[in-house]
Amino acid sequence: MIRQLVGVIGISLLASYALAADPVEVGIGYLGQAGVRSKLSLVEQPSENDGIAGARLAIEDNNTTGKFLNQRFYLEEVRLKDGEDIAKAATALASRNGFIIADLPAEALLKASDALRGSKTVLLNAGSTDDRLREQDCRTNVIHVAPTRSMLADALAQYLVWKQWKRWLLVVGSHEADKLYADALRRAAARFGAKIVQERVFEDAGGARRTDSGVTLIQRQMPVFTQQAPAYDVLVAADESEVFASYLPYRTWDPRPIAGSAGLVPTSWDAAHDQWGAIQIQNRFIKLNSRRMTARDMQAWTAARMIGEATSRINSGDPKSVFDFLNGADFSVAAFKGQRLTLRDWNLQLRQPILLVDGRMVVSVSPQEGFLHQHSELDTLGVDRPETKCKLNR
Amino acid sequence: MWRRCLLPGIAGWLAAVTPAMAFIAYVSNEKSNTVSVIDTEKWTVTNTIKVGQRPRGIEFTRNGKFVLVAVGDDDRIEVIDTATQQVVDSLPSGPDPELFTQDAAGKILYVANENDNTVTIIDLEKRVRVGDVQVGVEPEGMAISPDGKILINTSETTNMAHFIDTATRQIVANVLVDARPRFAAFKRDSSELWVSSEIGGTVSIIDPAKRIITGKIEFSIPGLRREAIQPVGIGITKDGKTAFIALGPANRIAIVDANTHKVTKYLLVGQRVWHMAFTPDEKYLLVTNGVSNDVSVIDVAAQKVIKTIQVGELPWGITFAQP
Repeated sequence: MIRQLVGVIGISLLASYALAADPVEVGIGYLGQAGVRSKLSLVEQPSENDGIAGARLAIEDNNTTGKFLNQRFYLEEVRLKDGEDIAKAATALASRNGFIIADLPAEALLKASDALRGSKTVLLNAGSTDDRLREQDCRTNVIHVAPTRSMLADALAQYLVWKQWKRWLLVVGSHEADKLYADALRRAAARFGAKIVQERVFEDAGGARRTDSGVTLIQRQMPVFTQQAPAYDVLVAADESEVFASYLPYRTWDPRPIAGSAGLVPTSWDAAHDQWGAIQIQNRFIKLNSRRMTARDMQAWTAARMIGEATSRINSGDPKSVFDFLNGADFSVAAFKGQRLTLRDWNLQLRQPILLVDGRMVVSVSPQEGFLHQHSELDTLGVDRPETKCKLNR
Repeated sequence: MWRRCLLPGIAGWLAAVTPAMAFIAYVSNEKSNTVSVIDTEKWTVTNTIKVGQRPRGIEFTRNGKFVLVAVGDDDRIEVIDTATQQVVDSLPSGPDPELFTQDAAGKILYVANENDNTVTIIDLEKRVRVGDVQVGVEPEGMAISPDGKILINTSETTNMAHFIDTATRQIVANVLVDARPRFAAFKRDSSELWVSSEIGGTVSIIDPAKRIITGKIEFSIPGLRREAIQPVGIGITKDGKTAFIALGPANRIAIVDANTHKVTKYLLVGQRVWHMAFTPDEKYLLVTNGVSNDVSVIDVAAQKVIKTIQVGELPWGITFAQP
């Protein structure tokens, strides 16, 4: 009798334990660098919280959903100072979080990835556009949310070719990132039938980005720099280093539009984007952060939302299970781009439409109509499966 | 001989002159900030009413005297008097109202407010806000169960259908559906609740009693990418046998056998087909085509598109008075 009673109590204890199950708790780390990159335009100067502000909004969104599912999401921010040990910081962050949203340059991201080999923690690259991270240097523990340079360049090229602006004058900055962007633009021109009529290099001679009489000097410099060019339709600038591109519009020798790093810019997000329900996330973002949403914010938002989306579907915050879901056939995420976003299983890159913006308006969204693909038109942007150099060891 | 000629002749003549019931449809034009009025006798726009900024959700009041239209960017719902076809009043809706539904008596209005994750409850007679329900991120679709006891709200980023008890105004269940749920519709006999997922590309069939998904309608159109198939508006016939589903940028309406949940036919309509409404006799279904700025008229029995009517820019919602 007593035994039976104990049994009944045991069962009821078990039952009540199951009813009041512990919430699914998901820790997400955010690993970025201290300081902000300087922009030529004062209005484009990024905030100190550029990027992580988007992750914070996604955590709020995930938690609104999570309260109906007994799931909770947390964000832990770590900023690396110059010279700080990335491997150590990543390992420490991974000991407390199953996911790390990384806003790091390629080299630092690879160090973090290598340090976390063997750990369960999954990295989500929300900052680096380097193609090599998805190609020869791809890693099994890094999902790429940021688009690649080749995706951005292809998105721009499709539009310019559609517009019949097929003769490009390519101007390239003298820094490594500028050269990588130029590589992507050359590849895009060849793929979509544009012709680079001439290339010029704009040497970074150093100097301050802000001066009290800067305009006078630039007004003389830029026409001279762009004169005597062969006949061209559009000047395409590769200047990720923010040295010269924003000085080109209205100052070229020939009256020509500018694209690339200034003028018509390909990007994953823009504060002017309002289609497909985007106005709602723009409003939510402004309400939370008292400023407008940038591409880096959106990339971090999407990364954190992907984790939230997967967790809500599988009711587990286990990094391995979430990773498998994200890389499986059932995953897609809605990110205000007019269609579902999914992962390329050959290199863990998020497929996404690319906006073409002029700083005030969204001019167009690529892929452009008519650029067809046998699997997904989004795969007309960037390096496709048959061309990939990525070999994931799975 | 005479008879044979005469009878079909008379029958034909009778069919031609028997006046079809004329109905009036109201169409919200999201971009032009207008509402187009369509007369189904002539199949033409007979009036264009200026309304507030960004009109989307549109519905007749239960008594048929007024048309309510949510003007999201002006944060209110405007009231059009159908007698004069003019805006005569507005309701306090909460920020950015998009879709709404009424209780059976036409006394309470439930509004989805996209901007602050709430459903706002408005007393239509007193014209005041009487309460809010906190729901998921970006509430959108709204439907009320035929017995009036359960309100359904879908939240686009949370990806759920929330079941709200209309008596207690508490959420009593949440059903996870595919990405970006846009619209919810009950079968008249309460046996099924249908929820369209725009980005997920499916329509979930939910058992309203058990509150679980019992099936999903999937779509496949030769030559179209899966991403382009984005179900939004749903119309189910009163007998619960046939359903029409608008597939957005796929530019098609799917006709679905509502018992087997299988697509039986795709009808090509205009670009970015969005929402729809049956004429009260259910002979015709009118669908709004956002990008081509027109409304397609579908003959429900023949399952054919018979007409296209030009309206304002980006037509969004459409409503008929129920007799």
